[in-house]
Amino acid sequence: MKEQLNGIQASAEKELATAQSIQELENLRVKYLGKKGELTSVLRGMGALSAEERPVIGQLANEVRVFIESRLDKAVKDLAGKERTLKLKQEIIDITMPGKKANFGRRHPLTQVVDEIKEVFLGMGYQIAEGPEVELDYFNFEAMNIPKNHPSRDVQDTFYIDDNVVLRTHTSPVQARVMKSQNPPIRVICPGRVYRSDEVDATHSPVFHQVEGLVVDKGVTMGDLVGTLQVFAKVLFGENTKIRLRPHHFPFTEPSAEVDVSCWGCGGSGCRICKGEGWVEILGAGMVSPKVLRECGIDPNVYSGFAFGLGVERVAMARFNIDDMRLFTENDVRFLKQF
Amino acid sequence: MKAPLKWLRKYVDINVCPKEFAEAMTMSGSKVEGIEKQGEEVLNVVVGKILTREKHPDADKLQVSMVDVGKEKIQIVTGAQNIEVGDYVPIALDGSSLPGDKKIKKGKLRGVESNGMMCSIQELGYTKYDFPDAEEHGIYILSKNLLTEKYAAGSSDEKELDSKVLGKDIREVLGIDDDIVEFEITPNRPDCLSIVGLAREAAATMGTSFRKPEINVKEAGGNINEQASVEIRDADLCPRYTARLIKNVKIQPSPEWMKESLRAAGIRPINNIVDITNYVMLEMGQPLHAFDFDYLKGRKIIVRRAVEGESIETLDGNMRKLEPGMLVISDAERAVAVAGVMGGGNSEVTENTKSILLESAVFNGTSVRITAKKLGMRTEASSRMEKGLDLNNASNALDRAVQLIAELGAGEVVSGMIDCYPGKVEPRSIKLEYEKINALLGTDVSQEEMIAILRSVEFSVDEATNTVIVPSFREDVEEMADLAEEVARFYGYNNIKPTLLTGKEMTRGIKSFKQRMEESILDTMTANGFSEIYTYSFASPSIFDKINLPLDSELRNAVVVSNPLGTEFSIMRTTTIPDMLTVLSTNYNRRVEEARLFELSRTYSKKAPRKSQIEGKDESALPVEIETLTIGLYGKVDFYDLKGAVESLLAELRVTGYEFIRESENPTFHPGRTAALTINGEKAGVFGEVHPDVLDNFEIGTKAYVAVLEVEKLIGNAGATAQYKHLPKFPAVTRDIAMLVKDEIMVKQIEDIIQQRAGKILEEIKLFDVYKGKQVPEGMKSVAYSIIFRAEDRTLTDEDVNKAMTKILDGLKTGLDAQLREQ
Repeated sequence: MKEQLNGIQASAEKELATAQSIQELENLRVKYLGKKGELTSVLRGMGALSAEERPVIGQLANEVRVFIESRLDKAVKDLAGKERTLKLKQEIIDITMPGKKANFGRRHPLTQVVDEIKEVFLGMGYQIAEGPEVELDYFNFEAMNIPKNHPSRDVQDTFYIDDNVVLRTHTSPVQARVMKSQNPPIRVICPGRVYRSDEVDATHSPVFHQVEGLVVDKGVTMGDLVGTLQVFAKVLFGENTKIRLRPHHFPFTEPSAEVDVSCWGCGGSGCRICKGEGWVEILGAGMVSPKVLRECGIDPNVYSGFAFGLGVERVAMARFNIDDMRLFTENDVRFLKQF
Repeated sequence: MKAPLKWLRKYVDINVCPKEFAEAMTMSGSKVEGIEKQGEEVLNVVVGKILTREKHPDADKLQVSMVDVGKEKIQIVTGAQNIEVGDYVPIALDGSSLPGDKKIKKGKLRGVESNGMMCSIQELGYTKYDFPDAEEHGIYILSKNLLTEKYAAGSSDEKELDSKVLGKDIREVLGIDDDIVEFEITPNRPDCLSIVGLAREAAATMGTSFRKPEINVKEAGGNINEQASVEIRDADLCPRYTARLIKNVKIQPSPEWMKESLRAAGIRPINNIVDITNYVMLEMGQPLHAFDFDYLKGRKIIVRRAVEGESIETLDGNMRKLEPGMLVISDAERAVAVAGVMGGGNSEVTENTKSILLESAVFNGTSVRITAKKLGMRTEASSRMEKGLDLNNASNALDRAVQLIAELGAGEVVSGMIDCYPGKVEPRSIKLEYEKINALLGTDVSQEEMIAILRSVEFSVDEATNTVIVPSFREDVEEMADLAEEVARFYGYNNIKPTLLTGKEMTRGIKSFKQRMEESILDTMTANGFSEIYTYSFASPSIFDKINLPLDSELRNAVVVSNPLGTEFSIMRTTTIPDMLTVLSTNYNRRVEEARLFELSRTYSKKAPRKSQIEGKDESALPVEIETLTIGLYGKVDFYDLKGAVESLLAELRVTGYEFIRESENPTFHPGRTAALTINGEKAGVFGEVHPDVLDNFEIGTKAYVAVLEVEKLIGNAGATAQYKHLPKFPAVTRDIAMLVKDEIMVKQIEDIIQQRAGKILEEIKLFDVYKGKQVPEGMKSVAYSIIFRAEDRTLTDEDVNKAMTKILDGLKTGLDAQLREQ
């Protein structure tokens, strides 16, 4: 019987080694370990053995079973692995075929620039203020220290509705509205649409957008203005950006400045973007004129403030390398989808 | 303002190169727009003298000359006819260049060697208006007198002159070798519209000394007050009028130095009197006017407002109707000038003028501005006058002018000056609060430094009382902040240390609810595949017809721009539909396959006046600005794509209580494919397929869909923050039903019945099929739903669901005459 068992083991081992499919293995399992299998039938004959032989043969039979089972399991595993590998090979696809995209729309590039600006200033404790585009001459000009018939009005070619109503030429009237309706401390930015009677061309549009900033508090200094604009310029144009203030004149600020940023194209060495200057003018700023503060009911002996304003189109053109302002309002889908 | 550096250097030392100078001036507040190098393109052109002149052997129209150009004698072939032996002419040598990138090389003309070119004034880049002594055609023959005056101290020795001038660079000889700095002068600084004013700024900027022109008048006797008089009737518009009288006037060309200065500053020389008035205006910033005294009736000047029906022919030859209120200068009988704008032809200085009354006056800036604007003639004089001139400068400028007249032999100055000065004001004084200045600037400038800065621009400072006396030419400086700017611009804006509002009270940087909802709208629209557009807020009145708007529509009542760029931009839009359709059309006609677009913008409505938002300010003159969401699309889309976008927007904003109601009477839209959106019973917008007529008007050759929604109504009905509902614990039961109903029944009617009848266990109704055609009788349609039931607290039994289904089916049968189909 011992020989018989050893024979089963040897033949099982041999057959298992050559089995090619899971089915063959299953057949072998039945052949050797099944109810009518070879090993089972050998064990059935155990009753004929003596009491001494029985445990010895029993143990051997068990060993043979464990051996066959473990070989069988291993063979199944190996074969399954091989089959999986084969399947994976068959499932190869062309990964250069196009992906399936969700068709997102895009925010307009001008909105994206305003979003960025908003984010910078929200983070510095500013709120967002708004005002009407068809505006009283009073808020647009007079409260901003630009009396009727003042030569400064020439600088901003104004669309008039009538003698007292204009299309706002800048977002500055929102400053007056905020100061007249809110007590310091004030920190706001005012994004919005403004109008000047410029004919349409690659760099001019009668409708464009500005973002105005206003801070009024006790002890606000021009140093605070410089620092704030520096942060702003770095966020918008990169960490290495420098700013430069040039004295200028705006009726609503005193002192006033035009602000240049170091050219993002060349870093200051001179290129096409900055026309060789190394600097690009990006905004106007200054300390809020005491006349404006007084007009808006704020005592300039107690409070001071700064204000700044910038053109959104200009920044967007710089940022996205857009060379014609008309693209913004033409709204060609192939343009809009690029941003 | 063009400032020739040579002219500036008369009054200030400039020890740096033009580029550095420009940079420094810009950084102290006089912005330089550019530097023009005069004669930059005229290279290697020298003075030559014609020695011989012979006919070309082989060409009738050419001549051959030997020309002495200093270090050598060269042969030149020319086609010019106007040269004579002994003439001094500009010679472009071999290898020279001329304006327009013209290069001159030696060569042969019809076989005869030519080593250069004789130049006309045009070839040097000028016209005969710049150089009145130049011939219009032909070579520019240089005036021997000019050369003698400039280089031989008037000596008549020709050999000496030749040794000095032959071979000299023509740029130097003609005085076209200066650097001209172009300044952008802001309206608050009329004092800088003058060479003297800029020299003052330059001196303060560079720390060099400033020299004012030395003025001393050589008077020829007599007494002006016995021969002429001035009366100011409207002193409110004329704070000062000064005048001087010049006799024995000799009109002739100005000297070269003056012509050169004027040319460099962009003014054409005319004759000595005109040139002197222009020269002094540029130098001192004060416009002057010369009257032919013999034509002043009554030998009198009256400064008054024009009267009804008055008119004047101005120097430019135009007849001008004057309005009452415009300030004029008149003699005893008639207007002889529009004050501060332009003189009249009736008293114009001509070649025959013998006596001149020279005016140097200050008129009210606003009045001049309005007059010049109404008459449509802004002049050099008016643009200076309107910014407000220095009252104390008027007499100085007048003296400077008559000094030049006497010095140049243009006439004899009658002794005395008429000076009517009703508007004399005390100089302004401001307390020098240097701590406050430092506090405003965030600087630590010492008192001494501040005083030094202020004195450098001619403010006087009384240190004992800490008082600053503002010079009369600085009307713009009124208070501490203005002094701070003076200090800051010379201290250096970029020396101010950046700080960040440290130690200030915290403020909250948050968006308002409305602003957050607007963000939500942008997010939802873009997530749904719509891209944002920007369009102009102007419109043309023709847009209303283009979208089929009825004639009595209130949208036609738009805000009108009084001075538009053109009719297409002449009204403020009351609807955004035309702009959206224009953009769709642009894309469609550029063969863009599909467009899904939206815009968040405003329309401007006169329907109701704007409510005042600021205490004490009436804003009823302003329109109400309605924030509008416009959606537009074409391509592989239909009505339900647009409706889906609207629905997801409503869902995102958590708007409830909305309904879609058929809108069949809107002429812009398809009568059967348009819906109004109402929220809690109030109309909040309309959307649908655009009417084919309107599509035709916009040249859109495909179906397009547009929605217009009022943002305020969306946001006003936006829901609060989401509240969590427990996820279901018990299973759902789904029953499908299909029914035949009449075609005109809308699914909403079916759903309303299911909703009503199903009871609390109804979870969801899903429409999954609508079918017309085979097996469905004419005029009917098949509609199929999955109805999903669920209870929160138990597993539903068949009995529960059957009961609900029976009620539903009954309802559908009796309510809509629906025939149930077998499933």
